[in-house]
Amino acid sequence: MDSLFSDPAVREIVWLSLKVSIVAMIFVLPLAIMVGKWLAKPDLRGKSLISALVHLPLVLPPVVTGYVLLLVFGRNGAVGSFLNDIGVGFTFSWVGAALAAGIMAFPLVVRPIRLAFENQDPRLHELANTLGASRWKRFNTIALPLAWPGVISGLVLGFAKALGEFGATITFVSNIPGETQTLSLAIYTLLQSPSGDSSAFALMGIAVVISFAAILLSEILASRLTKKRGQ
Amino acid sequence: MLNLDIKGQVGTFSVNAELQAGLGVTALVGPSGAGKTTVLRAIAGLWRPTEGRIEIAENVLFDNGEGIDLPVNKRRLGIVFQDPLLFPHLSVEQNLKYGSPAKNPAWDGIINLLDLGELLKRVPRNLSGGEAQRVALGRALLSDPQLLLLDEPLTGLDDERREQVLPFLERLRDETDVPIVYVSHHRDEISRLADLVFSIKDGTIVSEQTPKEYVQSRPDLS
Repeated sequence: MDSLFSDPAVREIVWLSLKVSIVAMIFVLPLAIMVGKWLAKPDLRGKSLISALVHLPLVLPPVVTGYVLLLVFGRNGAVGSFLNDIGVGFTFSWVGAALAAGIMAFPLVVRPIRLAFENQDPRLHELANTLGASRWKRFNTIALPLAWPGVISGLVLGFAKALGEFGATITFVSNIPGETQTLSLAIYTLLQSPSGDSSAFALMGIAVVISFAAILLSEILASRLTKKRGQ
Repeated sequence: MLNLDIKGQVGTFSVNAELQAGLGVTALVGPSGAGKTTVLRAIAGLWRPTEGRIEIAENVLFDNGEGIDLPVNKRRLGIVFQDPLLFPHLSVEQNLKYGSPAKNPAWDGIINLLDLGELLKRVPRNLSGGEAQRVALGRALLSDPQLLLLDEPLTGLDDERREQVLPFLERLRDETDVPIVYVSHHRDEISRLADLVFSIKDGTIVSEQTPKEYVQSRPDLS
């Protein structure tokens, strides 16, 4: 493993993958918490439709999502051309890889968060209301802290999905070493070359270790939180 | 003190209740499904009647004619339900301070009144049913309420625990000046605590009695 990490190319791939996944999660998480809370409302109109839209990236072929991203965020796309004018370019850049990873991971982050909000006792919120708490205070001191186990699960699932994202990324931002070539793309590239098997195996090992560590960490955090509250 | 005259519908159940309560403890009694909790929820703002008026000491909480419907968090009411509903992720002290103004001058008095000093650092899951209900009472009182609404606060407790908490409720009645609306169907609780008893049936107030009259009129109750 040591000798593997001494290889600058490997270090670059791992670092890029972590950067893409972490940045994706930083932007996705607040949005997922908002959408999850919103979808947890029992009386939300059009809930099924909104929920179906949120889950769309999960069921669409990733190539389709990548192509839609290219159409919208590409240099000539509706949003992309505007962003390009103000200096934010997504195409062929790691920022675009983070966008693709974030969008693909979004439904997986929203789902456990939504369940965590749905499972809360509504009477606790009523009670906080009678104690004079504003809507923001109720969210910040009751709803969100009680949803932490769900938030952690969503974060880890999303991070793992972002780390492994392939189809939408390669369609949207291509496979450029040092810029958009994440772990999955690098493994794919290595497997295309006759002599790449051993390096590909090494990268697969790294992917397994990172994913396993993330899931283990989330399990430990979630079980500690649950134990602390006696839920 | 409390003037209430409301009409409304919860599903197929109609409520048409009118009562005037003074200081002290006003009990609201009646069989299950009679509308006791609905009346309490209307006072708290958790259920909205279709018409009527609710006022406490000239503070209008609801008046459909005048278009007044004070939000729940502006009504200054302390509520305790059958289930203590403590916030599970907060300590007892944090629960007590949740609705309390900062540097509450009533803090020491209420902690002593309900004997909560020993419990402050504990978490809700480590409390007995009686202790949790005392914390819930303290939390409601510390929010500086103009009225306390107690919805069968002892019903979830066994007889022994009920006997432990009842004296605290008596002290609360005698040593604070917060008026209380008390929902219960236990005769002994009503005879020990109440100053006035309203009976409710099918969503309508059917009688207003002293606790003595009430107890004599209902020998069938335990």
